[in-house]
Amino acid sequence: MSTETPDKPQTEVFLGKTDYKVIGTRPIRHDGAEKVTGKAIYTADFKLPGMLHGAILRSPHPHANIKSIDTSAAEAMDGVMAVITAADMPGLKDKNANLGEGSVNLLDLGSNVLAHGKVLYRGHAVAAVAAKTVHIAQEAIKHIKVEYEELPAVTWVLDAMKEDAPILLDRVRTDDMGKMSDSPTNVAKHIRFEKGDIDDGFSQCDIVIEKEFRTETVHQGYIEPHASVASWNEDGHLKIWTATQGSFTARQQTAELLELPVSKVTVTPCEIGGGFGGKIAVYTQPVAALLSQKSGRPVKVTMQRNEVFEGTGPTPGSYMKVKLGATNDGKLVAGEAWLAYDAGAFPGGVIGPGCMCVFSCYDFEHAKVDGYDVLVNKPKTQAYRAPGSTHVAFAVETIVDEIAEKLERDPIDFRIQNAAKEGTVRVDGLKYPRIGLVETLEALKNSDHYQSKLEGPNKGRGLGCGFWFNIGLKSSVTATVNSDGMVSLIEGSTDIGGTRTSIAMQFAETLGIPAEDVIPKVADTDSIGYTDVTGGSRVTFSTGLAAYKCALDIQDQLRARAAELWDCEPENVTIEEGVYSHNGDTMTFKELAEKASQVGDPVAGSATVSPDCFTNGFAAHLADVEVDPETGKVTILRYTAVQDAGKAIHPSYVEGQMQGGAVQGIGWALNEEYFYDEAGNMKNASYLDYRMPTCLDVPMIETIIVEVPNPDHPYGVRGVGEPPICPPPGAIANAIYHATGVRMTQLPISPPKLWKAISEK
Amino acid sequence: MAKKQVVTSNINGEEVEFLCKPQQSLLEVLRDELDLTGAKEGCNNGNCGACTVMLNGHPVNSCLVLGVEAEGAEITTVESIAEGGELHPLQQCFLEDAALQCGICTPGFLVAAKALLEKNPDATEHDIRFNLANNLCRCTGYDKIVKAVQNCQTQSKEAVSP
Amino acid sequence: MKDFDYAAPTALEEAVALLAQHNGSAKILAGGTDIIVQLREGLKDADVVVDVKKIPELTELKYSTESELSMGASVPCYRLYESPEIVSAYGAVTDSARIIGGWQIQSRASVGGNLCNSSPAADSIPSLIAHHAVAHIVGPNGSREVPVTEFCTAPGKNVLEPGELLVKITLPAPVSKSASAYLRFIPRNEMDIAVAGVGSWVKLSEDGGTITDARIGVCAVSATPQFAEEASAFLAGKPATDETFAAAGELAKKVASPIDDMRGTVEYRIHLIGVLTKRTLNIACERAKDN
Repeated sequence: MSTETPDKPQTEVFLGKTDYKVIGTRPIRHDGAEKVTGKAIYTADFKLPGMLHGAILRSPHPHANIKSIDTSAAEAMDGVMAVITAADMPGLKDKNANLGEGSVNLLDLGSNVLAHGKVLYRGHAVAAVAAKTVHIAQEAIKHIKVEYEELPAVTWVLDAMKEDAPILLDRVRTDDMGKMSDSPTNVAKHIRFEKGDIDDGFSQCDIVIEKEFRTETVHQGYIEPHASVASWNEDGHLKIWTATQGSFTARQQTAELLELPVSKVTVTPCEIGGGFGGKIAVYTQPVAALLSQKSGRPVKVTMQRNEVFEGTGPTPGSYMKVKLGATNDGKLVAGEAWLAYDAGAFPGGVIGPGCMCVFSCYDFEHAKVDGYDVLVNKPKTQAYRAPGSTHVAFAVETIVDEIAEKLERDPIDFRIQNAAKEGTVRVDGLKYPRIGLVETLEALKNSDHYQSKLEGPNKGRGLGCGFWFNIGLKSSVTATVNSDGMVSLIEGSTDIGGTRTSIAMQFAETLGIPAEDVIPKVADTDSIGYTDVTGGSRVTFSTGLAAYKCALDIQDQLRARAAELWDCEPENVTIEEGVYSHNGDTMTFKELAEKASQVGDPVAGSATVSPDCFTNGFAAHLADVEVDPETGKVTILRYTAVQDAGKAIHPSYVEGQMQGGAVQGIGWALNEEYFYDEAGNMKNASYLDYRMPTCLDVPMIETIIVEVPNPDHPYGVRGVGEPPICPPPGAIANAIYHATGVRMTQLPISPPKLWKAISEK
Repeated sequence: MAKKQVVTSNINGEEVEFLCKPQQSLLEVLRDELDLTGAKEGCNNGNCGACTVMLNGHPVNSCLVLGVEAEGAEITTVESIAEGGELHPLQQCFLEDAALQCGICTPGFLVAAKALLEKNPDATEHDIRFNLANNLCRCTGYDKIVKAVQNCQTQSKEAVSP
Repeated sequence: MKDFDYAAPTALEEAVALLAQHNGSAKILAGGTDIIVQLREGLKDADVVVDVKKIPELTELKYSTESELSMGASVPCYRLYESPEIVSAYGAVTDSARIIGGWQIQSRASVGGNLCNSSPAADSIPSLIAHHAVAHIVGPNGSREVPVTEFCTAPGKNVLEPGELLVKITLPAPVSKSASAYLRFIPRNEMDIAVAGVGSWVKLSEDGGTITDARIGVCAVSATPQFAEEASAFLAGKPATDETFAAAGELAKKVASPIDDMRGTVEYRIHLIGVLTKRTLNIACERAKDN
């Protein structure tokens, strides 16, 4: 999230339209045909002549000093063309680089890409090989001799905060609300937000509930492993084809690490097989680049699945103590939270948004939140869909459910009474503009699901809410009108889930042409203006805004061209739904495009935006579960997800985001976790034992899209990708409580845990 | 070092001869030697189904088949599902029902779902979910994938009995 | 994956000679769903991989209502559960075959391979134990038969000597009023390794009210799958009631000596054996009434 305020906010306002021609329809996505035929090119599908294959040697230890690395045996193998270690990386600087959605310390980033002197988690990259085949490369890394001095490891966040905990990085000091501590520590940061007077607040309450919660590390789980192809030219220009959520951030991180000017690096984003926040930081890109530089050949580096689990960034495990108080008339008054999130092996986890999100769904006066960013011997954490928010939603929704129950209030009515709304000031000080949480809850209350009865033993129904900021940031698009009336639309946002189409639809709506007449294309970093990551649920909002402005640019040019053709003033040309008129003469967009191509300059437009606002997404989910009391296994019987989308540009893909997020949240709630042994080794680095839901584990996910227009977008768009992962753990935990009488405060609520809790009830 | 072997298979209806080492999986052969990159590698140990192809009429994880085992075998991949310049109805349903987001699991789902519908045109929702449980999708929550398969069933029934 | 050679013999003798010649450095490839992963991950090592799917004896599946079931060691799972006769007579085995991996795995994986992989959590082994199955082995010194209860010796280990090969598994012919069932517990509904598994076979009296004979096999709760002998013996002569099933479950727990790991705790796994025994007996008795 950007915390800087630009000089001029470049937001557009909601136009107030309710009747659309393109927006709200469900056209077939533009990249669909090539994705259902196997023709779409993902990074692993991409080949260059003479290309070598890389493999990465990873630490077998969770914490160790590297005493020495001997690469000679690997280098001597037939077919091995280059071996690299951290020694091949240019001198790293203890410097922060701004990456748009956050900044990163380059020393940390580089040390994460290839370990510098120390390995901090099992799976930490130590060295890499490029060879003629991937099999040779994989054999060769086994011949790299690394001498380790093993150190004690710590993987649980509260253990890592203890005085006598093993220290991961001697350079880390606690940034304690701006003051730096003076001795080495694993606590990289302590932040605090406060509003009102917390003691006074709790003293007004008739009911106060405090609980402790624990959640485990979980992974984004995208099906495509990380992959990059790099080709380092002799003129010093580096070309990278890669699976990334942001080609420009991949370019910048790689350039910074390799001490190249950004313009010496071209990043071409291939089709990307899922990201969810995990494909923003670079892993394979600098490694492939260094191997290419050293071997003089293009190099492809792809990860195996266990490397994805052990060597890339999951989202943190957490300890949370949360307290909420209300009056007997059902008004929430005060809330307090103490949150410790692990950051993984380097500072800079997702504790910040966790602290801001903890009470984000509720409107009460007194609040205090303390948050800690803590190093542990696990992979450096990264964003995962509403990073930091799902943890706290689980905690808060559990307590809210208990208060509602104790006060004998309907859980939806209780939430509606206390829901955040326009003017509510969040604990971090932000005042909400128009938001749609109340409407979301009301839609859920009126749903068939909520109105239906759930009967029978061991069954329960639970409700949960969730919030994500949804960011703006920078986007660029350009467009060219072709002589056949079609328009090529070039954008910088990598398309993970159908955003080519959601952007093209806004562009088409603005110009009054069909979505099918737009040809959207995601371009490389040399071919489009700077664009921030596909993340923060920003693309349909922000790149959509750029497309809107670009369409207006095109429209102005066409209006002028029509005026030339009709020999009138441009302001006398009227435009309605793509038809240009003057004095009884009319031309459709297509006719005008054809005529315009014959006279005058080509018609091409562009727009860049950097809206400095949040679009504030809220979701409410309802889960019916059945618990097998003999085994503790939970079956989801029925599930409904409701969300304020502002305006659903392509409703199918909005529903898809809601369904996908809900199922990721269901996995987090019930079975997903990094399972560590005593020594700090992850034991389940495979899809077999890291149990993401299969299609047999979930029912249909019913969806209700609520549309409370975002005041800061011409079509009212809010981001939709992230909020739906937040409610499920709370909703499911509450449903389990109503099925069994047991309040589960640890995730995942796996069968052994739940069975034990039920049998000890 | 084991020598490369000459293997002859029928791939997507065509007699194909290729060279491969015993250590290469069928998935590697398809992708790296034959440029059929539709089958994807998601896990390389049989748990995600992204590499699903048909081997002698049965769906398999091509990462768990050796290329040399394909001698004399009949293999079909996602590349053969669309025929004569037309998308297969299942592909069309996946598009109309927005059954894909990132698309990386889609080829595997299509191969498996097509095999299921050919074997059991009346597959219930449970049958569909049971038989597609070897195919992981992390984007969609499966809802729209299952519905696309069901819609394809409905359409083919309507086509048979108008 | 490390480099290796590949051979696909077409006769038993040829395969045995190859295996003997390589004295343990040859690995057998049937469905490949375990061995290819193990070779890739460096858990096993091979100089040569011997594909046994071209040997007729290993791909033969024979069954008629009067005779025993004979499954070649490389017969893929789907061939078992696609046969309604086998499903009816050997329900536990087909229950297992239907959940060993997903559909794509079952196109390749065989019960013989599942047995030879000798995982403590192998889904088919309790069912084979419940059905009194016998493993037929050939080797340089001729052939021998080993009851499946004695086949596995430790996690991943079994009685096969270097040079030996599992040819087929035989299960006695079904008797009237008998049936079997297999259940495992997994946190998901598919694609998981058993946290605990139980296969139960029962024979009922003609009126269906009494259990006259029973066999229970369990897995994932000790180093090798076990025959729950005491629980099985207890059932003979008992009424087919929930109380009987529960009591048998309690007895079956006695053979469980599991470990704590990411898939479950000791306490939980032992408990599950009781639950699954009860449930599989119930299903098996229901099925037996119709047989």
